[in-house]
Amino acid sequence: MFHIYCPYCAEYREEEEFHPKGQAHIARPADPTASSDDAWGDYLFFRDNPRGVHHELWVHAVGCRKFFNITRDTRSYAILETYRMGEQPGVTAETATLAERDIERRTSDTATIQGVPS
Amino acid sequence: MSASQPCRLASNSGAGSQIDRDKPLSFTFNGKSYQGYAGDTLASALLANGVDVINRSFKYSRPRGVVAAGAEEPNAIVQLGASEAAQVPNVRATQQSLYDGLTARSTNGWPDAQRDMMGLVGKFGGPFMPVGFYYKTFKAPASMWRTYEKYIRKAAGLGRAPIESDPDIYDHLNRHCEVLVIGSGPAGLMSALVAAGSGVRVILCDEQPTFGGSLLDSGETIDGMAASEWASNAVERLAAMDNVTLLPRTTANGYFDHNFVTLHERRTEHLGDTAPTLDGRRQSRSRLHRVRTRHVVLASGAHERPLVYAGNDVPGNLVAGALSTYIRRYAVRPGQRLVLSTTNDHAYRAALDWQNAGGEVVAIADARANPDGELVERAKAAGIRIVTGSAVIEATADRKGHRVSGARIGAIDIEGFRVSGEVETLSCDTVATSGGYSPVVHLAAHTGVRPVWRDDILGFVPGQTASRVEGFSVVGAAAGLYPTGALLEDAVAQVVRALESDGIDAESVKIPDIETLREGSAVALYQVPHDKPTMRAPKQFVDLQNDVTAAAIELATKEGFESIEHVKRYTAMGFGTDQGKLGNINGMAIAARCLGQTIPQTGTTVFRPNYTPVNFGAIVGRHCRELFDPERYTAMHQWHIEHGAAFEDVGQWKRPWFYPQKRRDNADGEFESMHEAVMRECRAVREKVGVLDASTLGKIDIQGPDAREFLGRIYTNGWEKLAVGKARYGLMCKDDGMVMDDGVTTCLADNHFLMTTTTGGAAAILEWLEIWHQTEWPELEVYFTSVTDHWATLTLTGPEARNLLAELTDIDLDRDSFKFMEWREGAVAGVPARVYRISFTGELSFEVNVQANYAMQVWEALFAHGAKYGLTPYGTETMHVLRAEKGFIIVGQDTDGSMTPEDLGMHWCVGYNKPYPWIGKRALTRSDTRREDRKQLVGLKPLDAKVVLEEGAQIVLDPQQAIPMRMVGHVTSSYYSPTLDHGFALAVVKGGHKRMGERVYLPMPNGETHMAEVVGSIFYDPKGQRQNI
Repeated sequence: MFHIYCPYCAEYREEEEFHPKGQAHIARPADPTASSDDAWGDYLFFRDNPRGVHHELWVHAVGCRKFFNITRDTRSYAILETYRMGEQPGVTAETATLAERDIERRTSDTATIQGVPS
Repeated sequence: MSASQPCRLASNSGAGSQIDRDKPLSFTFNGKSYQGYAGDTLASALLANGVDVINRSFKYSRPRGVVAAGAEEPNAIVQLGASEAAQVPNVRATQQSLYDGLTARSTNGWPDAQRDMMGLVGKFGGPFMPVGFYYKTFKAPASMWRTYEKYIRKAAGLGRAPIESDPDIYDHLNRHCEVLVIGSGPAGLMSALVAAGSGVRVILCDEQPTFGGSLLDSGETIDGMAASEWASNAVERLAAMDNVTLLPRTTANGYFDHNFVTLHERRTEHLGDTAPTLDGRRQSRSRLHRVRTRHVVLASGAHERPLVYAGNDVPGNLVAGALSTYIRRYAVRPGQRLVLSTTNDHAYRAALDWQNAGGEVVAIADARANPDGELVERAKAAGIRIVTGSAVIEATADRKGHRVSGARIGAIDIEGFRVSGEVETLSCDTVATSGGYSPVVHLAAHTGVRPVWRDDILGFVPGQTASRVEGFSVVGAAAGLYPTGALLEDAVAQVVRALESDGIDAESVKIPDIETLREGSAVALYQVPHDKPTMRAPKQFVDLQNDVTAAAIELATKEGFESIEHVKRYTAMGFGTDQGKLGNINGMAIAARCLGQTIPQTGTTVFRPNYTPVNFGAIVGRHCRELFDPERYTAMHQWHIEHGAAFEDVGQWKRPWFYPQKRRDNADGEFESMHEAVMRECRAVREKVGVLDASTLGKIDIQGPDAREFLGRIYTNGWEKLAVGKARYGLMCKDDGMVMDDGVTTCLADNHFLMTTTTGGAAAILEWLEIWHQTEWPELEVYFTSVTDHWATLTLTGPEARNLLAELTDIDLDRDSFKFMEWREGAVAGVPARVYRISFTGELSFEVNVQANYAMQVWEALFAHGAKYGLTPYGTETMHVLRAEKGFIIVGQDTDGSMTPEDLGMHWCVGYNKPYPWIGKRALTRSDTRREDRKQLVGLKPLDAKVVLEEGAQIVLDPQQAIPMRMVGHVTSSYYSPTLDHGFALAVVKGGHKRMGERVYLPMPNGETHMAEVVGSIFYDPKGQRQNI
């Protein structure tokens, strides 16, 4: 269960108080009539599903009722930052040089196989 | 040894640190009475009494006994409880503390585990039940599976749930700490001491009743005292500190995101099969602690890994360390003559303990060619015969298969996976094995961290992958670190580092003095080769709980299962309550051998919560019965109850459904049926006057200079011209053009509106308004407040509504001065009220809104004056009939998220020319929403007037076509109308608006086919004259 810092309440609260609302920074086209069927379809239905850094819209539903954004690593579920509406993320997939990322799954070269000559 | 407990060591043996011989307890197992002592586990007490067969195995129904001494026990699973209500299935006898009067049964076996008929299947059917047996045998014909399943489920299964309700109560506790230490062995205790010394809040939990873990049966000395004494000193120091919470009998079962851990504390399960009372109040049986912590220190230790050899499931086969545990903690030596088979030095302790406890060690088969550690020297000095380069290849059983009768040991070639020399048969009653240790990585795996293999310790340890969470340390044997001195040092260093990362100075702690034994290196051995090939050798079990054999894994790989996850699912290895604690590593090693891979190439399966089973009571806590879900009542709820209302759940609201009355024509005082009540209520509204408690409608107060602009963007219709004092029906779409809600919004002032929503949609619509305001249009100054609970709504409707209300209000109700779709402020029954002249029935209606806590007085005043007008209370069912007669939709019943306003025939409610591109507008011109064959809302009139079509019934155009027929729509609302004296329905039909007058068909499951005519959706008063009288 997530432990989420609400940037308006300025407190960590339990996930039970929040609702996720999908991908953040989906801007509604300013002039929908000028938007093609395809572009409108993309706006309505198509969302990213990255492995790694993801920006999400959440609402502090049973708290301050404010919407805000979370930057979250979808592999570890680590919340890298939370920020208010209208603000830009400080961490993005490009800037996230997570130290852990360099740690590859270690596989011993010297592992032996029982019953199979090495 | 006492006669009643033949395997219990004498009191002068010095063994049995956990038991209290002054407190004998009696208990019953499979109907037979036994004696044990306070401090015993059920397993130790059964072993003390010489009970070998505790259960029958899951698939082959083979007799099984105790194998281990803790959470990893796969066999000794029992059904607990003296009474029906107290039944608890799947209790590990090794984890169940003994109490006086404990009653347990085997979970498998018919008629019982000793004399099992199903065992014939295992004995004779065994070779015919290979892996995938059920998949292969019962797969065809598919229709027969339900028949087979009934018998298969009966033959299998692990215990049963009680059929009476649980008398016990359970708690949930939210807890917060800086350091949570899981496990109280040497690494856990040391970690807790360091953390506690720094002053931070520490929780230390351990699944056992006594803290100390492996120290409790270790032969080591720490700081000059026995290890168990050092442990109890440490626990005493921790217990004296205010910042430390000690939770014994508490299992950390799940490790979730952001250092959230669930701990299951068994508070009374060692006292009785239901919780005892304290000061007359029943104690909670168990607690689920929901812990949020800065740091998790995982000190869950390691499970000893048994070897896989033929006959390794016969009672009398144990993991080596369990012998030391039973001897040292419980003074139980479960046999006379022991043969030990090992790959490492550590297991020699078991043989030495066995001998010290008066048992005979027949031989130690050591898989290593030249074992030379200190413990080996001690065994030699004790005169124990050591056979090197060899292993137990098979345990033989007595005639019934109830106990080990001997061990076949032979020289083995590990590399070549073959028996390389003579095989010798030794007579014995106990075979203990050790293939090394498997760190308990389960909790680490819950976080998504894949374990990594370490060849130096021959085990998986929690990995350091990209997903490793912050604030998580693994110490001691769980990290693959075994020598006590080294692991204490490492634990101190890790906890100090963790605290320092939070800016907390940790006290430096002196590492205790520990004698370190010179240990020889271990050898990698998992499955012991037999003199027959695996497929033909007697069964070599890998997963004892799920009856998975080495041959099954070999067969699975031969049949093409290469991924260990697939092998797991095909064979059921590591399933169920066991979660592969003893068997998984062996299984992976066997799969690796068969596939010609290394273990790391083969990988592990994923361990999931819970680590051990948690009873449902603990999961539910107090959230049951009336506390399961909140119930919402309106201000008139008590009146509804007193007047016999039947209630309907709408969201969390309890709404009157209908008000059955005593039948006038019946002297016995029989009540009306629902149909009769609804017909009466409908007639009352259409002919006189009815009143509905409509308080549950969602109400959102909208204020601000931009409120009107906001409404214009969120609703499909126009709001710029709505004058103060007027109300308007509005339709709300999502941006995909589909209708999501509807309701009437009134203009209270130029910058103040009151929006009503559907009862079920109130919370979602408030969030909907907020998300658009906060994310897209923050420049609009507008504020939203839910006022659903503040206002009660009393809907007066029917031709007499005006006459009745006029008696109670100072508002001028004249039809020309207070017009339809207007509202007025005034007093009703002496209470300030807003009265709306809007109608959901088609009749003349006044919706009276008053402050909720005055509402009951107003409601009663209406009835005080209403009798002469025939005032009748009506419920939601009548409301549905009346609104459907008028073709008024219910969002969520007549719509399903795929209906546009035009599909509903409501283009009159769409402002195509509004300046702002309101929500949903763009989508209404997409090619899909322009299709002419979309499902459209129509009315259906059954040809047979008495037929009420089934809601959800599918509609076809040609009932003669072959099945599957082409379905063109379905019924959304259907009722019987007393006004029309006819069944009628609303439905969605493809291209329905152009099918007026056509005939459609509704084939029913019973073979009957109803016929109906497509008509307009307004059945009654199509010109809307009745609401305007």
